[in-house]
Amino acid sequence: MDLKFLVGIFLAAILTENYVLNKFLGICPFLGVSKKLDTAFGMSCAVTVVMVIATAVTWPIYTYVLVPLGLDYLQTIVFILVIAALVQLLEIALHRYMPPLYNSLGIYLPLITTNCAVLGVTMLVLEKGAADPNFGYVASLVNAFGAGIGFLVAMVIFAGVRERLELSDPPKFLKGLPITLIAASLVAVSFLGFNGLVDGLLG
Amino acid sequence: MAKSLKQEFTKGIIKENPVLRLVLGTCATLAVTTAAVNAIGMGAATTFVLVCSNAVISAMKNIIPDKVRIPAFITIIAGFVTIVQMIVKAFFPALDSALGVFLPLIVVNCIILGRAEMFASRNRVVPSIVDGLGMGVGFTAALLAMGIIRELLGAGTVFGLPILSNFMDPIIIFLLPPGGFFVFGILIAVAGKLSEEGHAPEAMSCATCPLNASCTKRAEKEKAKEGR
Repeated sequence: MDLKFLVGIFLAAILTENYVLNKFLGICPFLGVSKKLDTAFGMSCAVTVVMVIATAVTWPIYTYVLVPLGLDYLQTIVFILVIAALVQLLEIALHRYMPPLYNSLGIYLPLITTNCAVLGVTMLVLEKGAADPNFGYVASLVNAFGAGIGFLVAMVIFAGVRERLELSDPPKFLKGLPITLIAASLVAVSFLGFNGLVDGLLG
Repeated sequence: MAKSLKQEFTKGIIKENPVLRLVLGTCATLAVTTAAVNAIGMGAATTFVLVCSNAVISAMKNIIPDKVRIPAFITIIAGFVTIVQMIVKAFFPALDSALGVFLPLIVVNCIILGRAEMFASRNRVVPSIVDGLGMGVGFTAALLAMGIIRELLGAGTVFGLPILSNFMDPIIIFLLPPGGFFVFGILIAVAGKLSEEGHAPEAMSCATCPLNASCTKRAEKEKAKEGR
């Protein structure tokens, strides 16, 4: 496996294919949990962990169980159940063995089952794998990790923006959620600037 | 039943519009509304899943043990999503490629789980179906509004028919992600202004989250309150 290929996937997942700002996956936590920097950070770490573990489990299930048996149409049901079970297991394990970590990250875990970014990443890496035979298990894991880090970057940047927004005085018409979405739109514009950057760096 | 069926139907369209007032299902709303046709397709698919899952869940509400209700709901919803995926793939291949991964992602659309948890698991079958229909129509209407605005400004067309293209150059950024956030923000502001409260929701709150009842964070908060 070419290292340059993997670095390219990782950087692309963070910058040009940012799951929140370019693909609109995981908007709910992006708008809901980004009010404070520390909760935004905790949530993103939990999402990253679940994304990598979920991809690590669903990829072999799809490739070695569902496809050979001709059951690939069951993908949606199987994946969501696997993710729900994983999240539950992770919560129990953290609660039992790592209470400090549970207290900081565990509270976000139940919300992650219905986070579309997690289900999205497990399906999108399979789509990429079908289009490009080089895109195997390791590449999928790197992509999932990059997607999680991209989520973290977007959340942390946006938490900073929102802390400033709290102090500002927008028009009454836009107060609350609308001005938050318009701020998100401006952050998304800045991420458009990364288009083509990864190919330029590594190409 | 306190409310009539008509009220159950109309509340989802205007008063409790799932997208513009409760701010649920934002991912799908932002992602697929680059064209009005996609908005209708997504709305119809979601409505179908919503009505079917509401019906089945309310019929089975006494059989499903309370402790495992969320996984049970998700499994039922995922089953109907799979049916929709197969139908769309077989009969509307163009829509299938336009919606892409967002078609299977209907399963994690908070609107559906939210209605299952807040309405279908507490009401009889017929009101649940009507509630699902109303919420689905409200979802579709909001998506359609977004889709028409973004397609008109971003491509100069509506449903593929050229309307603005002779007068002005299309503003492509409305088709790109920033335009989605922007139009959504403005629409929420307008819907807030027209609503009874007269303003848009402050932020996304735990109250509208479908997992509110089973959330660890909430349980801990309550524990802390009792301790004091």
